[in-house]
Amino acid sequence: MELLERFAAGDVDAFETLFRQYQGEVFRWLMRIVRNTAVAEDLTVETFWRMHRAHARFDPAMGNCGAWLRRIATNAAIDHIRHSRREVPLPDELPATAQQPLAEQLELRRVILRAMDKLSPRIRAVVLLALVEEEPYERIAEALGISENAVKVRVFRGVRILRKTLTQAGVHP
Amino acid sequence: MKEPEIDDLKKLLKDSLPPAHDVELQRDLWPAMLQRLDQRTMRVPWWDWALLATLAAVLFFFPGIIPTLLYHL
Repeated sequence: MELLERFAAGDVDAFETLFRQYQGEVFRWLMRIVRNTAVAEDLTVETFWRMHRAHARFDPAMGNCGAWLRRIATNAAIDHIRHSRREVPLPDELPATAQQPLAEQLELRRVILRAMDKLSPRIRAVVLLALVEEEPYERIAEALGISENAVKVRVFRGVRILRKTLTQAGVHP
Repeated sequence: MKEPEIDDLKKLLKDSLPPAHDVELQRDLWPAMLQRLDQRTMRVPWWDWALLATLAAVLFFFPGIIPTLLYHL
């Protein structure tokens, strides 16, 4: 029996194999949205927990386990942002790339993160994935279960809100 | 909204929030997953507790049914 079929039938060994195969990919996807190592690790476990709970609903014929996991992970990340609704700190291992003094960079980051907080969790996720991580719209659409046009609309809406909030804070993009 | 406006904002965001796609997972999360699975397995649903509390209350207020209950068990 194939791995995905065994997983759908509730085989724990198959689940472990899938976990080990995809945990890195799921973690990297979550990092793009939550930008915090500890939170991304917790959400990786949460993603696989949701996957395990839903094993009976998984159709092995669809085959694309990675896409299914990305969708579950995106929903878990959006749920996390919705419930925390606070400034998500940036991990130390991600240095700023701008050619500015450190104090100015940190202040700008703080202002941008505060502006990001004004966005709804779904728009925030789309803005980060599309503008910062430069993920293709098709992939974002698949992860959110929406059309590419809906992704474009959310990007426009997010950009409009961010520009307005940043301008009010004295930053002119 | 024009494309240059999006590009300007994109540049600002990318300069301030560097992409996170290169960050690798530093540890195996399977032990944490196993712990999560065990916790969920051991958790007793709230309605089981409610049922137990109801049964205890019934036995406390109507001790006369205890022999009947034992007979049927």
